[in-house]
Amino acid sequence: MSRPLTIRDLPREERFAPGHRMCQGCGAAILMRHITKAVPKDTIITQATGCVEVTTTLYPETAWKHPWIHVAFENAAAVASGVEAALKALKRKGVIPESKDVKVLSMGGDGGTFDIGIQALSGMLERGHDVLYIVYDNEAYMNTGIQRSGATPFGAWTTTTPVGKVWRGEWRRKKDIISIALAHRVPYVATVNPAFLPDLYEKIRKALSIKGPKLIHAFSPCVPGWRYEPELTIAIAKMAVFTGVWVNYEVENGEFRVTTPVPKRKPVEEYLKLQGRFRHLTAQEISEIQKYVDEQVEHINKLAGKVVIGPVER
Amino acid sequence: MSKSLPSWRELPIGAVILQPGSTVRYKTHEWRTLRPVINQDKCIRCRLCWAYCPEGTILELDKPYTTKAGKVYNITYEVNYDYCKGCGVCAYECPVKAIEMVPEVR
Amino acid sequence: MKHKVPLSGNSAVAYAVKAMDVDVVSAYPITPQTTIVEKIAEFVANGELDAKVIHVESEHSALSAAVGASATGARIFTASSSQGIALMYEIMFIASSMRLPIVMTIATRALSAPINIWNDHSDFMAVSDTGWVMMMAENNQEAHDDVVLAYRIAEDPRVLLPVATALDGFFMTHTIEPIEVISREEGLEFAPKKKTWYTLDPDNPVTMGALGDPNWYFEFKKQQYEALKNSRTVFDEAVKEFEKKFGRSYGPVEYFGNEDAEVVLVAMGHVSGNIKAFIEKTSAGNVGLLRVKLYRPFPEDLIVKHLENAEIVGVIDRALVPGSPYGGPLYSDVIVTLSKNNLSKKVVDFIAGLGGRPVTLGHIKNIVEKLEELKLKPQKDLPKEPLFVGVRE
Repeated sequence: MSRPLTIRDLPREERFAPGHRMCQGCGAAILMRHITKAVPKDTIITQATGCVEVTTTLYPETAWKHPWIHVAFENAAAVASGVEAALKALKRKGVIPESKDVKVLSMGGDGGTFDIGIQALSGMLERGHDVLYIVYDNEAYMNTGIQRSGATPFGAWTTTTPVGKVWRGEWRRKKDIISIALAHRVPYVATVNPAFLPDLYEKIRKALSIKGPKLIHAFSPCVPGWRYEPELTIAIAKMAVFTGVWVNYEVENGEFRVTTPVPKRKPVEEYLKLQGRFRHLTAQEISEIQKYVDEQVEHINKLAGKVVIGPVER
Repeated sequence: MSKSLPSWRELPIGAVILQPGSTVRYKTHEWRTLRPVINQDKCIRCRLCWAYCPEGTILELDKPYTTKAGKVYNITYEVNYDYCKGCGVCAYECPVKAIEMVPEVR
Repeated sequence: MKHKVPLSGNSAVAYAVKAMDVDVVSAYPITPQTTIVEKIAEFVANGELDAKVIHVESEHSALSAAVGASATGARIFTASSSQGIALMYEIMFIASSMRLPIVMTIATRALSAPINIWNDHSDFMAVSDTGWVMMMAENNQEAHDDVVLAYRIAEDPRVLLPVATALDGFFMTHTIEPIEVISREEGLEFAPKKKTWYTLDPDNPVTMGALGDPNWYFEFKKQQYEALKNSRTVFDEAVKEFEKKFGRSYGPVEYFGNEDAEVVLVAMGHVSGNIKAFIEKTSAGNVGLLRVKLYRPFPEDLIVKHLENAEIVGVIDRALVPGSPYGGPLYSDVIVTLSKNNLSKKVVDFIAGLGGRPVTLGHIKNIVEKLEELKLKPQKDLPKEPLFVGVRE
């Protein structure tokens, strides 16, 4: 195995043009910038409807330098299936030279992946298409104005889970998209976080080196949706990892590996207090969230076979 | 609608965009209320500001620079003020606080 | 004369897909379309057709994958019916707006509820506003030929729109008729594979499916409108060349019977065969049939030409639009066409054969008798609502 990547190894050339209309400090913008650097030039991208799509392709301009297609909200994975099948057929028939290695990348937000796009995603994963699917998860329908999705975490304020006399923000826990992907027996799934860029590059490149369907779940802080100052995007992304709210890991052919071990965790309130969407939470609600995180960490450590995410240190 | 825009006859069919990366035509600097200013003498060339910029507006240039303390760097980081939206991630993440966010005066 | 092979309508469609050397087939099974996809799978399994088959998990994904494959430059085929067409509805608009030459066959079937697998034109008519070129066959040979014509039209640079061909569920899909099968060589000579549309090419990267704001959206709708209109010229050229090559003649419409007939029926699909049989059997010199084959773009000129001299027109609609001022969609097209051309005609709408209810010779006889009776009445006394044929009162 080659030495781990460092920040020095990231390619200088920009493959995602500025001038796009993504928000100040947008986490997904950081992700898109680096995803497009991490994948080869010969990559076709299919994208679900969502904030990344609308803010990057306002006719007559595009931020994308790769061949890129958007069709609708729920079908990025189905479109990618078509692209991949076409590439295979056209290669077999000699229209595209056999030597030309074209990758297929499909992307969607949490709404387009966890919710409305889950069927198309499941189909793509189950049929074994050679496609890398990346979900940028900002934990709500941000494009339409912060409505809850199946990826919204417990306790989060959204415009459709408002905080009032009866409701206290989202009352259900986030859907486990990784387990859903793994249930399709895919060769590779991973989580990435924009604060940990070399890890992100390594996972994307590894995923693309593996034949078959792959899913990468990307943590994507959202300035207006999570209600924080734009300068905090990376700080929040880091804190998610330091508290165990988010764990960077990969599952390669069933083998589980945490890529960012956290020997000592910070209490979950360190993460929650940075964001206005959790401002209303009581100490009791915070301890409930802590309990959920502890459960998740325990599960991760069990999968890892050792303690890779340590106990909370107060 | 504006008279200067092309007629339906002149546009590539299906709203296909033929110029990759063409959002560069749209400058986003007006979004900015704060401007990042890099102190080239304090900067340790760690690359984090370049890496974390959501816009790719921190330019990594092969431009040598000698700090006041006499340290020679082959690389200089400069801000492309055409597109910087002024989010401040670069300044916040700078480990040596070499980037200052100063109010934009227009 | 070529050797004929006994084939069901669905097999006839599958053989045409083979003749077109389609690269990607993405389809989801639904009655009565299913055997099209089964037959294609058989061809691919036996190495008779070199295509990638995508076993999609829904019709929505069937058309979505078709869009992706077509945008990558592949020749693509899909097929569906009824609820499947309804599920594709969203992507049908997008496929035509993105100007992708996808070909789909609709094995026409009633829409739920009640759930009903039998034939009418509810599905076909429900998607007639999605910007596709649309045509409907009357027999299995035509269903076969239409697929070949469809690729030729869809991929023409003057068109670049998806094309839907249709055949009546069960009455045609599962009925065997002798077919002259077009070979791959003949098919590709008639509709050669050429790169005529924008594709996702890493060496020449384009962005497809961009957001069109009020400054831009409208222009693309106008482009699309013109392209669908232009497809008529391309259709006319294609059928002309098709006749030269294969000896079978088609037009946007087909007129059957005495050109001076006072009573003219307008119909689509297999029911036209029954009407022809009625005209022949009864030697009804006074009755003519105008069968509409090309439904979008609607062949207004030929509708006018053939209805101009009729005393009374009876439209047979196999779909129903409750609450509309017209009742049946075909009736509405005919009425608007005549009215645009200042032809004040007596036109009566007959809703017939919904959900697979057979339209018998007896029904046709009743329709004709009704028209003969109404012919003598002043226009103001014509029924203001469609007449339901064969429904129990």
